[in-house]
Amino acid sequence: MSAATTTRPGVREHGRRPRIAGGRVLTTTALSALALIVLAAILGDWAAPHDPALQNVELGPTGPSATHLLGTDDLGRDVLSRLLAGTRTALVAPVLIALGTTLLGTTLGLLAGYHRGWPDAVLMRLSDLLYALPGLLVLIVLVGVAGGGTTIAVLALIVLNAPSDIRIIRSLALGQRELAYVDAARTLGLPDRRIVFRHLLPNLAPTVTANLLLSFVSALVALTGLSFLGIGLPAGTPDWGLMIQENRTLLDLNPWAAVAPALLIMITAIAATLLGDSIFERLDAGKGVPE
Amino acid sequence: MNAALLIARRLVSAVVLLGVMSVLTYGLLSLSPDGPVQALLGNRPSTPETVAAIRAQYRLDEPFPVRYWHWLSDVLSGDFGSSVFAKQPVLTVIAERLPVTATLAGYAMVLTLLLGIPAGMAAGLRRGKLLDQGVTLVALVALSFPPFALGLLLLYGFAVELGWFPTYGGGDLWHYTLPAIALSLGQAAVLIRQTRAATLDVGAQDYVTFARARGLGRMRTWGSYSLRNAALPVLTVAGLLAAANLTGAVFVEQTFSLPGLGSLLVQAVNQKDIPLIQALVLLGGAVVIGVNLLVDLIYLVVDPRVRHGAPA
Repeated sequence: MSAATTTRPGVREHGRRPRIAGGRVLTTTALSALALIVLAAILGDWAAPHDPALQNVELGPTGPSATHLLGTDDLGRDVLSRLLAGTRTALVAPVLIALGTTLLGTTLGLLAGYHRGWPDAVLMRLSDLLYALPGLLVLIVLVGVAGGGTTIAVLALIVLNAPSDIRIIRSLALGQRELAYVDAARTLGLPDRRIVFRHLLPNLAPTVTANLLLSFVSALVALTGLSFLGIGLPAGTPDWGLMIQENRTLLDLNPWAAVAPALLIMITAIAATLLGDSIFERLDAGKGVPE
Repeated sequence: MNAALLIARRLVSAVVLLGVMSVLTYGLLSLSPDGPVQALLGNRPSTPETVAAIRAQYRLDEPFPVRYWHWLSDVLSGDFGSSVFAKQPVLTVIAERLPVTATLAGYAMVLTLLLGIPAGMAAGLRRGKLLDQGVTLVALVALSFPPFALGLLLLYGFAVELGWFPTYGGGDLWHYTLPAIALSLGQAAVLIRQTRAATLDVGAQDYVTFARARGLGRMRTWGSYSLRNAALPVLTVAGLLAAANLTGAVFVEQTFSLPGLGSLLVQAVNQKDIPLIQALVLLGGAVVIGVNLLVDLIYLVVDPRVRHGAPA
């Protein structure tokens, strides 16, 4: 296998990051931001000051005011209410994708790394293939042409994102299987399944957790991206990506209508990334990752 | 493994990949929900004559492998068919839009390299210092920037509020600056991480320690040993960056209303203009596969270890 396909970003530099000054503050901020967003997803319908679909064409796009805290869009709909209504859709599908990707990627990665042999060869060829495809392009076409909506998008993203998890977990499992504790478990005659899931997997927990959050971020970016392109969603759905698309021409009348969803997507993505990183650092502390 | 065999294997796998892509793209036609005839008719009236003409023209009554084979031989001779909506040859439509995307992608690539390599090396060389912490944090965060959201914020801040840049459309390079920044930041983050890791690797090598022990100056050690070896990660991620550039361009062009291939794809998908989509996806895939192949070949040239069969 060539060097170009074996080395991927995110694999090599794990555990060699500098300790960032003020890391704790960052983690707390990220966690609070995520908590607020989750809260908005749960309470969204109840907390929304207006009906997110209620149009007021006469009013049109207006800037922030006392009745409309973030102003209105070109149909006079309340931007804040639409943002709140879009929070749940923004979170649910990426969470499902992250869980699916991590489950699939970790299981297959452990299989490939621990058992080696033909499953390993087949999986590596397959992930080479998926890597070589411009994934998001495939997704745009698949969802846009087949018109399968969210279900297709979720399944496709799980398959497209899994290879990077498979590779990361595989390379770690390869290293672990040579260690004394795995040898000991094997000598004791424990079945492979037990060794893999009860002994090996807990040692990979920091990476699995970090992968989970990273998959969430990439799914969030991909799905909001799809809806930003106007693909897979009917016009008028309160969705962060679609709001940017529909309101990007209003930047001079009510910039918040497009800037606020863009900011929310960025904040969610950044917060989840930082949290994943800090969980990895914390869980991994003292594990003695080789320098 | 000797170099010739390696090249042969890479070529074969690139051809196989392209083959798989072409089957998938051709299969798109049958995926479209209204059936291939409706998709190919577009907005033309559906009379028995036009339907019969379409069926004959696209050989829809023949089995899939036969149809595919005819389509493939047309494509290989440069005929991707006609766009259903523009009613022009697909390649003409694409050629019209290509310069915009090429400019954007080239500009973004230059920015990525100018930003990624120096920042990554600087962080690696000053490992653990404040600079390293800052660069690492920014790269980590920038990795998760969706180009369209970033683009929108740049558009609002620098074009609408400050008025430094035009708000939409193509033209001189000035029009492309904000889109190129939006496109390159995420990619630069990938490059920074990769370069930093490579710089750390190289810095820990015995030959660097030895060079320093011999009393060679910093510039000399970095210039002749570190820089050369740390340049390899750029190659390693080149395929990844090419793919990111392509898909990112779709979003960024949409954000900045640039009439490039990306907005053409979105338009084609929304109109279900299948021949156009097939050509765009196949070309996109070919670019990524081509870049990956090129990277493997360049590796052979610049890294003697790969040439002589050692694992890279």
